[in-house]
Amino acid sequence: MRRLGDRVGMAWAWGSSLCLLLGLGTLLVVLVTRGAPAVGPGLLFGDTAPGDAVLGRAPVFDGIWPALMGTLALVALACLVAVPIGVASGIYLAEIAPRRRRALLDIGVDMLAGVPSVVMGLFGFGLILLMRRTLAPSATTGLWLSALCIALLVLPYLIRTTQTALDALPESLRLVGPGLGFTRWQNLRHVLLPAAGRGILGGVMLAVGRAAEDTAVIMLTGAVWNAGLPAGLGEKFEALSFRIYVLAAEYRDDMQLAQGFACAFALLLLTCGLLASAHLLQRSLERRWKA
Amino acid sequence: MSPTSGRTRGERTAELLLAGAAAVSAAAVLGILVFLAILAAPAWQGAAHVFTWDWRPFHGHYGILPMVVGSLLLALTALLLALPVAIGIAAFAHGLGPRRLARIVLAAVHAMTGIPTIVYAFVSAMLLVPFVREVFVHGSGYSLLSAALVLSVLILPTIVLVVHAHWHSMGKELERTCAALGIPRGRAVLRVLLPLSRRGLLTAAVLGFARALGDTMIALLLSGNAAQVPGSALDGFRTLTAHIALVVATDTQDAAYASIFAAGLILLLVAAAASLTARRLGAGNGRTEAARAAPR
Repeated sequence: MRRLGDRVGMAWAWGSSLCLLLGLGTLLVVLVTRGAPAVGPGLLFGDTAPGDAVLGRAPVFDGIWPALMGTLALVALACLVAVPIGVASGIYLAEIAPRRRRALLDIGVDMLAGVPSVVMGLFGFGLILLMRRTLAPSATTGLWLSALCIALLVLPYLIRTTQTALDALPESLRLVGPGLGFTRWQNLRHVLLPAAGRGILGGVMLAVGRAAEDTAVIMLTGAVWNAGLPAGLGEKFEALSFRIYVLAAEYRDDMQLAQGFACAFALLLLTCGLLASAHLLQRSLERRWKA
Repeated sequence: MSPTSGRTRGERTAELLLAGAAAVSAAAVLGILVFLAILAAPAWQGAAHVFTWDWRPFHGHYGILPMVVGSLLLALTALLLALPVAIGIAAFAHGLGPRRLARIVLAAVHAMTGIPTIVYAFVSAMLLVPFVREVFVHGSGYSLLSAALVLSVLILPTIVLVVHAHWHSMGKELERTCAALGIPRGRAVLRVLLPLSRRGLLTAAVLGFARALGDTMIALLLSGNAAQVPGSALDGFRTLTAHIALVVATDTQDAAYASIFAAGLILLLVAAAASLTARRLGAGNGRTEAARAAPR
């Protein structure tokens, strides 16, 4: 009886794991084969001349260039807001906050990490509703609002990775500096932070990947199907993830369908690439200080 | 500044800035909560009939209860599908499988946390939905079955990583004890580690459930979005998350908005409860892994 149980458990573990690998492999193959027809000179710019498209002199209708630029602008703006706040919070939590306050703030950060992205988008949408009823009757959703909500969404990633990177540093680093007459702040600034730099950078990459993939937030806060290149903070914009969503819901022909698969593959490469580099940075940090 | 304090004015300012940033980050969720509660206020005054079973916005019926049921059903089904598989994978990675293959599987699970939910949603809407439609004949393919299957894949890495982190934290000691008693590694996982890890499994289940409940794109593209309680696994339905997205996108009149803010508030409260529960259960074990696989 015991033997049988062992065998069933073993078979289950093997089965689950092989299914996982098989499933992921299938996903990749499907994305590549179904997306391949769309890959070509027209993928980025459609029928528009590349030069005109890049400079924004002519609108792009069938290409993904505007969406790509939209995602880039969104990610950059969101990071501009989130990185300083997130890293600063992480440093405070890891190095400065007294024990009890740290526990309290930790709970807040945990809960922020748990907020579903559609709720974050709803928050942004509500902000606009409120502005319309009070200060600014003409307020609308746009790039700035999406960036703000995405910044809130990725904040916990930055905080946690910064915290983890600093926590991973050996005790000796914390003692040597002050032993040589550094103040706590000098030690933090000149010893600890540079030592944890790679881990913090890894957190930024994680945040970038998360910001690029999200769809629910931006569909409530200003992403549209056909906005052209991002034109300003208050303007509507296109994004890769939102484009995939619209293509899924209302593609018109085989070419658009293939483009959906190609977009999905591109987004997958982007986010997984960023995740992998974040992981490698974290690992190299750990290895350096554990040796 | 007094020399005995050992801090210059600049240092104090810097510390204050850091503390300010941390306060903003930690208080953000509270701000969102209060904000949503205020905007959802009309829903509680009864005029909008939000907590009813009838969603017909053009007739003044704004009931979201079908969506509440839809969300719960979907998240629970996805969790039930994912949990056994996730435990199998975690066990494989933790000793049942050969070491090299186990590392590959674990790396694949890590990579899965980076796969955007829109990618899953897109691929399944194009391939799985027609497949379900053809195989089962009944219905359009946009169904609880399709959505739950895909959602279970989405939450799989969350569960695997939390369980894995939990087992990891239980330590080498246990493994050595088992080895000293002559229990083979595979059997130790099945007979010792697994029965001892009720807390870890519960934490993983709670986090997986929260992740499933909060996802939007899979439900939006695969559920069919009919505002009804599904009668079978092949029926269409609508989740709270998809409901929010749909109402905002279709620009309905203001009266409908109270219902989506109420929906958002419910989602937020459940998510907050889940993270508090997971925190209490996990007591900090494997926090980084959990954060990496955090709900989105």
